[in-house]
Amino acid sequence: MSQPIIEFKNLNKTFRTKSHIAEAVKNVSLRIRKGEIYGIIGFSGAGKSTLVRCINMLEKPTSGSVIVDGVEVTALSEKELRKERKKIGMIFQQFHLMPSRTAFDNVALALHGLGLSGQQIREKVEKLLTYVGLEERMHAYPSQLSGGQKQRVAIARALAADPKVLLCDEATSALDPQTTRSILELLQRLNRELGITVVVITHEMQVIKRICDHVAVMENGEVVEEGEVFSIFADPKQKITRDFINTTSNLSEVYGLVEREDPLVSLSPGEVLAMLRFQKASVSEPLISSVSKQFDVVCNILYGDLDLIQGAPLGGTVVIISGKQNKVTESLRYLEEKGILVEVIKDARVSDQSIA
Amino acid sequence: MQEFLTKVLPNLSVRVPEFQKSIVDTLKMLGLSGSFVFLFGILLGVVLILTKKGGILENDILFQPIDKVINVFRSIPFVILISLLLPLTRVLVHTSIGVKGAIVPLVIGTVPFFARQVEAALSEIDQGMIEAAKAMGMGTAAIIFKIYLREGVPALARATTITAINLLGLTAMAGAVGAGGLGDFAIRYGHNRYMTDITWVTTIVLILFVCLIQLVGSFVEKRSTH
Repeated sequence: MSQPIIEFKNLNKTFRTKSHIAEAVKNVSLRIRKGEIYGIIGFSGAGKSTLVRCINMLEKPTSGSVIVDGVEVTALSEKELRKERKKIGMIFQQFHLMPSRTAFDNVALALHGLGLSGQQIREKVEKLLTYVGLEERMHAYPSQLSGGQKQRVAIARALAADPKVLLCDEATSALDPQTTRSILELLQRLNRELGITVVVITHEMQVIKRICDHVAVMENGEVVEEGEVFSIFADPKQKITRDFINTTSNLSEVYGLVEREDPLVSLSPGEVLAMLRFQKASVSEPLISSVSKQFDVVCNILYGDLDLIQGAPLGGTVVIISGKQNKVTESLRYLEEKGILVEVIKDARVSDQSIA
Repeated sequence: MQEFLTKVLPNLSVRVPEFQKSIVDTLKMLGLSGSFVFLFGILLGVVLILTKKGGILENDILFQPIDKVINVFRSIPFVILISLLLPLTRVLVHTSIGVKGAIVPLVIGTVPFFARQVEAALSEIDQGMIEAAKAMGMGTAAIIFKIYLREGVPALARATTITAINLLGLTAMAGAVGAGGLGDFAIRYGHNRYMTDITWVTTIVLILFVCLIQLVGSFVEKRSTH
């Protein structure tokens, strides 16, 4: 699992026009492991599409190298490159199916030039379309298919030549949430069942959260943060990463509530408004319950946002804790010791009470 | 019936064999020059689309001259072009009159127009489709034949229809300068000798031809659009 299947080494891509120079990719070095789902997230124009197009050389890098499964694709001739591209499937936001061909013929097109007989092609295409769940719609034209179905055909087409890698360029960005979910499930399934390494470009943190193992965050052509999805979510280092994470969570709404002096967050004396966030993948204790029992405080959960990421719970809750001042303070300390990130947002602890 | 025709079409009814021959000549000019135009036009149109900026074989040294020559030839009025091309026509087909003599100016006059139409038709093909084809490992030849010339069929059918109708009009004009065909027939009798029945019937035949071309073109376009 740890062997890299794709490796970028000091990759740069600069676009030159008469009036200006745009550095789309700046000195990127990354390793994508065999068999994983790797996410690249960034706003549009961050360079993620350009970066991923350097994997199959749809974009020629200005400098640096890309190695795919032991082959330095940046050093290949046009002819060798065409052969290599068969091992790298790609799907797109706008599907890019051929409108004059049926679903069947679209998939068959990708088998062109592999030296298969008509019978072999038919069997293979039928198998692929069945795999993506479109056996009923094999002879439909793209215009007769829904967005999700079109993307399924595109996936079948991308899988036709038995690739080792599948590149997904904003593959779900044109789809509704429900269809997005089903396409992501399909990507996850082909990753697990066929062992295909999947590279996903997206601007939606939800996509990363749902299926990715590792993630790279891109900004202005550079990879600003990279790592395992859980640890990035649990402990983001860059502001842009935090912004992306906030798009998938409602925890930060508490700041708005405080600012607007919403009655929900108005505190009585002795209360503390705090945000508690899980940081480790191992939280399984009933912490809130044990805190209230052990320290004789009352925990009122205002709202929470918990999610499973890579099979471990992540997220947090916004709570109001009330009780004696030292007990509240002790319980907060206890939570921190247990690996919870505690942020006191509003404090109304009564300070003039006697301390034992 | 015979009497009726003689009465309504006094001039045409005595020139039926000549009328038939002029129809055949027009069809010959249309068919022959049309075939050449189709071939060269598709070829040039494809070269333009491949070599223009952003094309899969982007090449300014090839694109610019072709682009400019097409513009130049498109701006020469056809009757003047016929006269300009006389020496070339004589060299190529050893005559400058009749059906044979008309082919050269018809082809040279129409190819630039059609090449532009082909270029425009193929430009309608989404660049993303070309990118997808490249990602599949397709080479230039496969992209031309399996994507451009296949996915472009509806737009190419439209371009071909417009060009064929245009070409039919030009064959009539070529008739005016010695090419024969329906145009020549109508001018010689209908115009020069005031035999209006001949002008009318010739016009009706030409309209029928246009309708037929349009019908076939629309049919192909419809059948190839999904």
